[in-house]
Amino acid sequence: MSSPIIGISFGNTSSSIAYINPKNDVDVIANPDGERSIPSVLSYVGEDEYHGGQALQQLVRNPKNTIVNFRDFIGLPFSECDASRCESGAPVVDVNGKAGFVISRGEGKEETISVDEVVSRHLNQLKLAAEDYIGTTISQAVLTVPTNFTDEQKAALKASAAAVGLNIVQFINEPSSSLLAHVEQYKFEDDVNVVVADFGGVRSDAAVIAIRGGIFTILATEHDKKLGGENLDAELVEYFAQDFQKKNQANPRKNARSLAKLKANASITKKTLSNATSATISIDSLADGFDYHFSINRMRYELVTNKVFSKFSAFIESVIAKAGLDLLDINAVLLTGGVAFTPKLSSNLEFLFPESVEILGPQNANATNYPNELSSSGAALQAGLLSAYDADELAEALQPIVINTPHLPKAIGLAGANGDFLPVFLPETSFPVQKKVVLKAATGDLLVGVYEGESFIEEKTVEPTPVEQDEDDSEEWSDEEPEVVREKHYKLGNKLIELGVKGVSKGVEIIFNIDKDGKLRVVAKDLKSGSTVKGEL
Amino acid sequence: MFTLPALTSDISVEVNSSAKQSEIVRRPIEPVGKFFLHHAQRTLRNHTWSEFEKIEAEKNVKTVDESNVDPDELLFDTELADETLLIHDPRDWKTADLYAAMGLSKLRYRATESQIIKAHRKQVLKYHPDKKSASGASLDQDGFFKIIQKAFETLTDPTKRSQYDSCDFEADVLPPKKGDKYDFYEAWAPVFESEARFSKKSPIPTIGNAETPKKEVEQFYGFWNRFDSWRTFEFLDEDVPDDSSNRDHKRYIEKKNKAARDKKKTADNSRLVKLVERAMSEDPRIKMFKELEKKEKEQKKWEREAGARAEAEAKAQAEIEAKAQAEAEANAAASAKADKKKSKEAAKAAKKKNKRAVRNAPKDAAYFGDADKADAIEQQVGLIVDSIDDEQLIAIAEKIKADSSATKAALQEIAQTLSSSDRVPASMLSYFL
Repeated sequence: MSSPIIGISFGNTSSSIAYINPKNDVDVIANPDGERSIPSVLSYVGEDEYHGGQALQQLVRNPKNTIVNFRDFIGLPFSECDASRCESGAPVVDVNGKAGFVISRGEGKEETISVDEVVSRHLNQLKLAAEDYIGTTISQAVLTVPTNFTDEQKAALKASAAAVGLNIVQFINEPSSSLLAHVEQYKFEDDVNVVVADFGGVRSDAAVIAIRGGIFTILATEHDKKLGGENLDAELVEYFAQDFQKKNQANPRKNARSLAKLKANASITKKTLSNATSATISIDSLADGFDYHFSINRMRYELVTNKVFSKFSAFIESVIAKAGLDLLDINAVLLTGGVAFTPKLSSNLEFLFPESVEILGPQNANATNYPNELSSSGAALQAGLLSAYDADELAEALQPIVINTPHLPKAIGLAGANGDFLPVFLPETSFPVQKKVVLKAATGDLLVGVYEGESFIEEKTVEPTPVEQDEDDSEEWSDEEPEVVREKHYKLGNKLIELGVKGVSKGVEIIFNIDKDGKLRVVAKDLKSGSTVKGEL
Repeated sequence: MFTLPALTSDISVEVNSSAKQSEIVRRPIEPVGKFFLHHAQRTLRNHTWSEFEKIEAEKNVKTVDESNVDPDELLFDTELADETLLIHDPRDWKTADLYAAMGLSKLRYRATESQIIKAHRKQVLKYHPDKKSASGASLDQDGFFKIIQKAFETLTDPTKRSQYDSCDFEADVLPPKKGDKYDFYEAWAPVFESEARFSKKSPIPTIGNAETPKKEVEQFYGFWNRFDSWRTFEFLDEDVPDDSSNRDHKRYIEKKNKAARDKKKTADNSRLVKLVERAMSEDPRIKMFKELEKKEKEQKKWEREAGARAEAEAKAQAEIEAKAQAEAEANAAASAKADKKKSKEAAKAAKKKNKRAVRNAPKDAAYFGDADKADAIEQQVGLIVDSIDDEQLIAIAEKIKADSSATKAALQEIAQTLSSSDRVPASMLSYFL
């Protein structure tokens, strides 16, 4: 058996690797330390190189030689790099116009590493972990990238990977990858619009993706490079620092090492609070020799970080607005990235969206429990599919002529008996496409009217049903405000085709087909007699 | 529930071609997932939907075929082959069909060890008393489970299994009834196959078919005529009492068992011999070979006797020829004889005629003028005629006939010849001398 193609999700904060195991399941690979979500951190102590969780621990004692948050720098000129995000670790410097790091390798020796080299070393560590796990050499990978990665950045990534003998077969967008992994496990019954929100450590990305017949189309994307899990950490750190200062009259923020300690522990506490309702933080000699011990419950945490969570919600709203859609147009929100573990994120979104929208976070039974592994799982799935293709076939399939497809601007569907509209093709359906509608209950002579449909939002004000006036409760439950209910409806637009079907006794099957030139073909077939009526536009 | 409106006017197909479709938008789709790859395939190869669906359907069929069900499971009984086993007394387990109890009634002696273990596990899961009691039955109703356990114990021990298989008459295939019409190979192949399970030797030749060469057929019957069977009948032994209270009785039973076993073995052997004999007698190939042999013999004999036959033929031919010749000769002789007689008679008649002509000649010549000497002349002419031989007679008759005037001279000439040869005394021919 040839060596499998692995899927790599390479994040600023953490990376993960996955592959399709021989049982045809997605296997997320743990590194030798047992981490499935591997921190994207490299640390150097003398001759030794540390990677992953071990390197992350060095951030307290050895921050100058610990490289963090380097992913976004690849392929960018130094002037565009945001140096502030590397404050906690090795400072980013200008190396030949590009980002780089200067680290000491003991006894006064200094090494200047460009970000390309850092990425190479990081990918090499991931590759070694995968080889260790699978037991064969790995030479090919599918890599996920944010939607706003430029071609230069991809080229730089590819070169860095090639330097350690890793051929990147395909770059895929992170939101598509995550959605692919989700859909593989929990299929959507119909065509849907999904917001894929990735809240990582230091940046957030969101995309509105339309799924039409299994094909994904990104309608809009939004990025925030200063929003992420670290904002939550920062709020917590500030809260703990104030508390500590009040108790001990010592400021842990003054001292970089104290701050690093506090940050590391606050992050752990945050993660604990995603699963438990209360957690303790306990740091020996945090500042000025004072120990710190504090117990915090989830409620307090949510209050402290409320501002950040509202930012997350606003971020998602902004991407939907960017796509020109209403909240009602969205069928589901898929949460990925480390922050997705936080229950408050899901509950906030549930509050924000109408009930019809499913929030696919780890709290939802119809979503994975590991939102941080979705991206790499998707890459692995794609890798598994690609293993059946050779390079030429893949290159052919990735031609613009294949990828750039026409999309329907408006819904096309059937007119119902009461002037209602059954959308068959939703807006943003890419074509060529074919879809079958089976109406089993239909009998008699029928008119199959094919129309374009236009959606509109209807707002209704529903007066709350007057509750029986109960003497005791009337004062407390004064929920008497009129409720605004918003509903999405379709109205009939242009008439396209009408077909008359006669003498139906056991239902009809209507096949809609749009070819690559946009020609609409509708075939109505009597399920019993098998006779068909065709119309073409 | 979505319903279509009823057809009010008589429309079959009406296309609103004037309808202005909204402007289409070109967007990149995400190159991920199988649906994208399908889309790419369709686009690149220009497949229509129906073509593509067909290709995909073919692929799906293959994957279903490849899905593996344990092949052993298919060979096990899905239901208990014999329902009476459920109420069979476990103390009489020896009379129960152990293979049926294990769900192996189709496999029987062919079941491998792993199959037996699998089947046992399956049966235990189904018939364990704990399981049964869960559905209301009492824990005492474990008779069938005991039989299963006994069966497992018997069938997993090679010695015990061979003993049980020896007496597994269910697995015996009976030969076809005599007098029935049947295909020899179809009817007898399973019989020999079931008998072959007792063979000590392997490989076991198969019965073959109508085209099997003579040598193989002979090998087949040779094998069966010299069949070496390991079949034993210990399983049918009467239980030997294991208490040592009555040693004599024990020995008696053992002896009886041994005798019974030997008897059964002998009976079995003779059964097999008879079986093989019958098969041989019915085997169309054997008949064919015999006939062929006979024909060949005759042919050989025919060839061998070719020389003698040719001789005899030649002899007969010669005989026939000789006979024909003899006949022809006889015919010829007879005809010749007749001819001779005829000519003789003719000659006689001619002679008479000549004699008469000669005798009458003097008379015709008026006795040469000597009528007074007529008597003497006639007497002497008579004497001449009687004395001359035939040639002289013919010559004189010719002479006289030719010229009657020369009769006297002719007679004188002959009288001269006669007297000179002293055949007639001259005195008696005085007239002509």
